[in-house]
Amino acid sequence: MTGTPLREQHGPWFGAYGGVFMPEPLMAAIDELAACYDECRDDPAFQAEFARLSRDYTGRPSMLTEASRLSEQAGARILLKREDLNHTGSHKINNVLGQALVAQRLGKTRLIAETGAGQHGVATATAAALFGMECTVYMGEVDTERQALNVARMRLLGATVVPVTSGSRTLKDAINEGLRDWVANVDSTHYLMGTVAGPHPFPTMVRDFHRAIGEEAREQAIAMTGGLPDAVLACVGGGSNAMGIFHAFLDDADVRLIGLEAAGDGADTERHALSIERGAPGLLHGMRTYLLQDLEGQTLESHSISAGLDYPGVGPEHAWLHDIGRAEYQPVSDAEAMDAFLALTRAEGIIPAIESAHAVAGALRLAKEAPGSTLVVSLSGRGDKDVATAGRWFDVLDEEARQQ
Amino acid sequence: MSAASTSSRTEAAIRRAGNRALIGYLPVGYPDLATSVEAAVAIAEAGCTAIELGVPYSDPAMDGPVIQAATQSTLERGFRLEELFDAVAAITARTDSPVLVMTYWNPVLRYGVDRFAARLAAAGGAGLITPDLTPENAGEWLEAAERHDLDRVFLAAPSSSDARIDAAVRASRGFVYTVSTMGTTGARQDVDRAARALADRIAERAAAAGTTALRCVGLGISDGEQVRDVLDYADGAIVGSALVRALGEGGVPAVRELAASLALGTLDGGADDAAPAPDQKGANA
Repeated sequence: MTGTPLREQHGPWFGAYGGVFMPEPLMAAIDELAACYDECRDDPAFQAEFARLSRDYTGRPSMLTEASRLSEQAGARILLKREDLNHTGSHKINNVLGQALVAQRLGKTRLIAETGAGQHGVATATAAALFGMECTVYMGEVDTERQALNVARMRLLGATVVPVTSGSRTLKDAINEGLRDWVANVDSTHYLMGTVAGPHPFPTMVRDFHRAIGEEAREQAIAMTGGLPDAVLACVGGGSNAMGIFHAFLDDADVRLIGLEAAGDGADTERHALSIERGAPGLLHGMRTYLLQDLEGQTLESHSISAGLDYPGVGPEHAWLHDIGRAEYQPVSDAEAMDAFLALTRAEGIIPAIESAHAVAGALRLAKEAPGSTLVVSLSGRGDKDVATAGRWFDVLDEEARQQ
Repeated sequence: MSAASTSSRTEAAIRRAGNRALIGYLPVGYPDLATSVEAAVAIAEAGCTAIELGVPYSDPAMDGPVIQAATQSTLERGFRLEELFDAVAAITARTDSPVLVMTYWNPVLRYGVDRFAARLAAAGGAGLITPDLTPENAGEWLEAAERHDLDRVFLAAPSSSDARIDAAVRASRGFVYTVSTMGTTGARQDVDRAARALADRIAERAAAAGTTALRCVGLGISDGEQVRDVLDYADGAIVGSALVRALGEGGVPAVRELAASLALGTLDGGADDAAPAPDQKGANA
């Protein structure tokens, strides 16, 4: 690896992580997808179409916003990468449009996806509408309850939403159900994985479709501040917005890359989603990565107030970046994330997704350790979907709204 | 996977059955350890050539609803891997039918591949069926299997390329798990026509490589009639969900009864040796 820029890693392996651990019935589809994606990456027409959609449909480039009042309170210069302003309200649309183009090239007419918070499901349902494809979204039953509005959005867009009642009834079980659907319908169907996880080529492909986040942020930060930031921070569940924003900075050795994992009730409790900090290498969903698992190799349930971070694994490139020391991964508890959620909302008039609030919390913490530093924070999604959760947390709901 | 060079107990059992094997799947520890042992012994006595013992796993992406529900309830009551080795030992003490273990790969990795293989061999197990481990990732397992003289069963699917079928044939010992249809486990009305084509392709690819491969068809088989259909062109039929459902609904007597009825399908109906009856051919056309 010596001499190879960190940005030039294309899988299937990132160090000892990644790979393809899939049942044989899906191997043909995986191989076909990997071959097709290799073509797309080198095809100027594909890249031009992706760039056109990113500009005209998503609204890229997204802005880098100087969070002046928050910066003043925090004691560091905080710049927000505004993926929350993308169409559909989060970074997820970047990947979805790219994969929908790949699916179209493969001749697939149906998209299936898993979703946690619902942002990826909404984005996939949106792309399905745009491309005239069928769409089925698998969502843990627990999540359909805490993200009821996103369920309605997906249905309005024409998607079928299937509540998953197996296992822990959250994101990981939605992925299992999606894989079962894919095995049975692989001829017509593309599995649109929503994060930098799963078997190769998903971790590489999804990262590539999100790479613009970091490329834009790097340029914008230089233009705005005259240099590179001291640190780039992003929340990490599966880790797609983090990989997207980290990637452009991987070979800028002086820029700290900090992933914030969801610590749920707290890093010192058993109710968390700290795959890297508390997990061990293992297999899940077709990849080798850090995994919350017991001593017998059974996947453990993760816990987080944020449905989008409630995943017991993590993308293999993050596992590798952790091991080689290029990126740091730190815990943020539910309570810290919600404090940051309110701080940003009140200081800037920007309501973040609770997922993204974990990154803001990381920045506020780092500001105390390194006052005066410049921090780029991935604001990966907006908080509209989380208003009910936050309303309960801060006890600002009227009795009537509480009962809804 | 040539017949002469292998000490595979599974392969020997299938050949003893006249290449008309019935393989019954049950999850270990379901509904409890003692009952799962009794059920496995019962289906062996009722005519199962080999037993496929499934290890409950938190993320069984290849399993349909019946097996998911059974293995999930087994995990919820606190299943431990020790039970697997105890069950294998108890079953093999009471029946000559070889016991293969079907397991997703992470529990084996976590336990330690060689340690798992050693424990399985010591318990009298015949080998492993690995649904989410394909031959290209199986180096460590193949070495351990060799060391402990265990069978290793890999899957071939209707969508598998010739090269992937070749790899499955090369890596497998015991038989090649011939996936009948594109889907997860679960009883189906019709076993796909794809199964016959795949069984034929596996035989052709094996022959081209100068070897032979036993082909046992699984996924979607639930009654004796389907067993008979499959055995027209394959060396074995694997039944899972239907047995698990019977065990869940009617206990050991029910699963024994279903196994006996499935075993009727293994009786030589004459289609193999006698001049093919036109009506039977017609039925399969």
